[in-house]
Amino acid sequence: MRTSEGMGLPAPAGLPAPASHRVYGPSALGGGLHRFWSLTVMLARTEFKLRFFGSVLGYLWTLMRPLLLFGVLLFVFTELLHVNKVGIPHYPEYLLESIILFTYFQETTAGSVASLVARENLLRRVRFPRLVVPMSVALTCFFNLCMNLIVVFIFIFAAGIEPRWSWLELPVLVALLVVLSTGVGMLLSALYVRFRDMQPIWEVLLQILWYGSPILYTVDTAANHEIFGISFAKLLVVNPIGAILTQARRAMLEPNAPSAAEALGGHVLLLLPLGIIAGLFAIGLWYFNREAPLISEKL
Amino acid sequence: MPAASSPTAPSAVSVEGVSKTFRLPHQQYSTLKERALHPLRRTTYDELRAVQDISLEIAEGEFFGIVGRNGSGKSTLLKCIAGIYRVDTGRISVAGRLSPFIELGVGFNPDLNARDNVIINAIMLGLSRKQAMARFEHVVAFAELEGFMDLRLKNYSSGMLVRLAFATAIQVDAEILLIDEVLAVGDAAFQQKCFEEFFRLKREGKTIVFVSHDMYSVERFCNRAMLLEHGQMTKIGDPRVIGRAYHELNFGKLAHDAPAESHSASGTAISDAWFENAGGERVTSASQEDSLSMCFEARFGEDLKEPVFAVTLRTDLGHTIIVARSDQHSHVSGSFKGGESVVARFAIPNWLTPARYLLTPSLAREGTGEDALALVEDMASIVVHGTGSGGILELPIDMRLERL
Repeated sequence: MRTSEGMGLPAPAGLPAPASHRVYGPSALGGGLHRFWSLTVMLARTEFKLRFFGSVLGYLWTLMRPLLLFGVLLFVFTELLHVNKVGIPHYPEYLLESIILFTYFQETTAGSVASLVARENLLRRVRFPRLVVPMSVALTCFFNLCMNLIVVFIFIFAAGIEPRWSWLELPVLVALLVVLSTGVGMLLSALYVRFRDMQPIWEVLLQILWYGSPILYTVDTAANHEIFGISFAKLLVVNPIGAILTQARRAMLEPNAPSAAEALGGHVLLLLPLGIIAGLFAIGLWYFNREAPLISEKL
Repeated sequence: MPAASSPTAPSAVSVEGVSKTFRLPHQQYSTLKERALHPLRRTTYDELRAVQDISLEIAEGEFFGIVGRNGSGKSTLLKCIAGIYRVDTGRISVAGRLSPFIELGVGFNPDLNARDNVIINAIMLGLSRKQAMARFEHVVAFAELEGFMDLRLKNYSSGMLVRLAFATAIQVDAEILLIDEVLAVGDAAFQQKCFEEFFRLKREGKTIVFVSHDMYSVERFCNRAMLLEHGQMTKIGDPRVIGRAYHELNFGKLAHDAPAESHSASGTAISDAWFENAGGERVTSASQEDSLSMCFEARFGEDLKEPVFAVTLRTDLGHTIIVARSDQHSHVSGSFKGGESVVARFAIPNWLTPARYLLTPSLAREGTGEDALALVEDMASIVVHGTGSGGILELPIDMRLERL
């Protein structure tokens, strides 16, 4: 017991009464940036800890999955189907890099879908900015991405590729991927509260996106194909993931490969994939913000 | 009802005409398939009016209790104040920092160890990681869980869990605390610590709003309390008065129900049972230290000599507190004729601890009392108000200290 106030006296007088402020319901972002950030980090950290609790290899498992997928695909496509002999230079490195980048998108979005419902316990009992929940998923996945990219670099160096100034494009491309993934993640997590169908729907869409993005192949492979009279190669790059992968290939692996702009046929057309990224992010944020006050009671 | 306010201090929490209605859809999940198949069908809702037009002012430094039965809207109101639910109408203003959560151990994860959980909980309370680390030792010491910090929470006993949760929760740096049912946790020694902690918060001038079913803690801590019934405020004021109203709400009904008569083959029956105060009035609640009579009325169906009148007083948990018989201490009851009615009264000084008690009257033939003519289980009930020490009786105690 503290003796200084042990006299049973009421609250110290003389202190000015704090200004009264109105309590609104829960929101997507309210409560200060500092709290937003520390909560996001805390949730991401917890998630990370829980995932590897009690596993001997711990973090290595996160690496294992894309690497194993890479190994299998590489074997199938170069040894059985001889894709590499058709002439994709640095195909293994491209395949690995693309798998890693796509894995980030996949983990973030798929992880976000049910994230709010999984955090019901918190949402119903604590006031905190609701956006923390999908953001923490994106943060956990981003950490994985960074670690996985180290492996990509090991492979790139092993393939004898020299560092180039164009490598500096990678952070920009990753940033675009992060914006895209979190935008979609926000949208999906808020939609899932109302429509539980979002989970299977999104699984199917991810599958389509996996084959519809130049991961197993490149834009060159698709150069002479058309769908409804539109060049399939161009469609691939309108897909923002395709644009990012194509640009990353040129920046990181193969200076002679077409850039995203070249694949689209003009710099102005880059606005298409960029617009989709910005649009999805804006829609995601808008919808999440709109739903945020009611999430805790609609769960 | 006008907002009752304490005139002495500036208002810390101000609630004006707040209502909250939940719409509970009849099908829990609306899937896209259903939407596609029945595009015109509107989802039907049940409306649950959890909180209806509540206004109140809670003064700075006040300890305010919200009581009411399950589903009366207490927690919903608290969640509205906390900003966890958005109110439908009305407005809520607070002056000062508000604790962000209302329950203990929110976000505790059974798969993580206590150390991690304390940090997580503290961050949710609004502390930074650094602050949380700095106060960690304090939390451990308060919870008396040194040596258990690396144990996963799933291996904690429920008592250890609440201790940890409580120790973390009081680290909050808020001026207004909202608490849902967290008093009186753990064993007796820890409970005492919790109570001391609440007195400390009270002395520090924190405003505390708390929801409880435990009238004892409401009466002990609160400056004022409010009774909610079906989402509406039915009473606000002195916690003792509110506590009594709450008890009446809960138990009063049963005591007023017409008792079922119990007949034996001979027609001997107990027709009524009740409690009386010193003035001979029937009561369903009583204050401590008043005199109290346990009474019942019986009618004889046959001639009887020396029948045994008895009453058993039990708590609502079924613990027997008093058994009183007319043949105790060689009292005689006399002879009765068939058709005669009689009222038996057993007067006691009321030293019972605050709780609800049930009266079971019985009538038996002369002898051991086993040969019952009539017995009605829990025929009358009474609620005792006052202060409780944790025992079953509040006997007058003459306490002396002798210096050696």
